[in-house]
Amino acid sequence: MTLPRHHPGEALLLDYASGLLAEPVALAIATHLACCPACRHAVAEMEAVGGALLDGLEPEPVAPGSLEAVMARLDRVDARFAAPPARPSRPAATPLFPEPLRRYAGADGRTLRWTPMVPGMSCAVVPVGGAGRSGGTAAKARLMRMRGNLPMPRHTHAGVEITVVLDGGFRDELGAFARGDLSFGDASIDHQPVADPEGCLCLSVTVGPLRLTGAVGRFLNPFLSF
Amino acid sequence: MRPIEREATQAPDAPTLRQVRLVRGGVFAFNAGMSDPASPAADAAPSMDDLLVSVGRDRDRVAFAALFGHFAPRLKAYLRRLGADPVGCEELVQEAMLMVWRRADSFDPRQASASTWIFTIARNKRVDSLRREHRPEIDPDDPALVPDPAEAADRMIEAAQSTARLRDALRTLPPEQAELLHLAYFEDKPHSVIAVERGLPLGTVKSRLRLAMDRLRKALRDEQ
Ligand SMILES: [Zn+2]
Repeated sequence: MTLPRHHPGEALLLDYASGLLAEPVALAIATHLACCPACRHAVAEMEAVGGALLDGLEPEPVAPGSLEAVMARLDRVDARFAAPPARPSRPAATPLFPEPLRRYAGADGRTLRWTPMVPGMSCAVVPVGGAGRSGGTAAKARLMRMRGNLPMPRHTHAGVEITVVLDGGFRDELGAFARGDLSFGDASIDHQPVADPEGCLCLSVTVGPLRLTGAVGRFLNPFLSF
Repeated sequence: MRPIEREATQAPDAPTLRQVRLVRGGVFAFNAGMSDPASPAADAAPSMDDLLVSVGRDRDRVAFAALFGHFAPRLKAYLRRLGADPVGCEELVQEAMLMVWRRADSFDPRQASASTWIFTIARNKRVDSLRREHRPEIDPDDPALVPDPAEAADRMIEAAQSTARLRDALRTLPPEQAELLHLAYFEDKPHSVIAVERGLPLGTVKSRLRLAMDRLRKALRDEQ
């Protein structure tokens, strides 16, 4: 198992650790984390910093009787969770998609509704957040599938795009992107990625430029935004 | 940066750590005796980590009340900074503490400190309740997860020691770095907006944050 070589970078990981990313962007980061022990470790360290900062916050007294109210609720919590539901049984074969992507898109995305975009390329919207749940953010998650050796049309676009390779790969000016690799692109980049011979399946998250924080790095802007 | 307070800020209705220790003295003395008869642990107040372990293992309500006394006012401060209104905030704090009670058996002091573990609970609670989104997270038991080749004792943070080093490092952080670090964790704003508000170039915001994180990471890893 090879480890990813293209990572989100410190700013995006920090925004993930502090819980400030919109859900579709957080999904892209978490999908990379499932493939990348090094970034998981970095996030764990950032959470430790969050814990120390929480500890150092100026405390605000809670309402009188708050502790009693919580203590009175403990029994109910215990009763409700006395018999935790068994974990869902694991599939016999290792699924293609890791958690948390699997709970949004299934084991391999096949159950989503796929739409052809251009010859050799199709996409499916990943349902992230129900109606009214996405808090008005412009971020959207999609799966994209490219036929082998297919060059994408040159393009730029207004927002930013985060792409995580799930199967196969692609290649561009910045190198080869394989499973778990994450690329980050914005409007300043104009380039032409080409899918590997076996094709490429990836998670693509597009987001309005104001929602995304920590936009470091001149990476790339693969594939179409639409 | 403000000094980090420990016991001075107990809620008036929470038992103090000292009372907890008196109630639980037998248990701690017994545990200490099992591992090391000369251990001074029986005389020391239990740490937040000890308390959280007791809650998870023994459903210890006295330990839970002590955790509440320490963390509930901090959770309230955290949630207020991130946009909870004063009334809704009280309920959110209670829900977060109930989550602590419910999940305490999954707390592993070898992997994280109590503060870190409770921070992640509060963070996720905020995403659920204030943003009305889900928090996508990995499943450590997922067969599709790429395991850590270095997952071993050398990567396990010696939580108690690293927490102390981290606290020291936070206390001695240059003020301009500490301020940005607080904003990065406690304000729901993109770095670009923070930069505009502070009249700083975006690059300066990012480089200060990076410097701060580098120092704190070194403290965690004991590389100083
Ligand atoms: Zn990584």
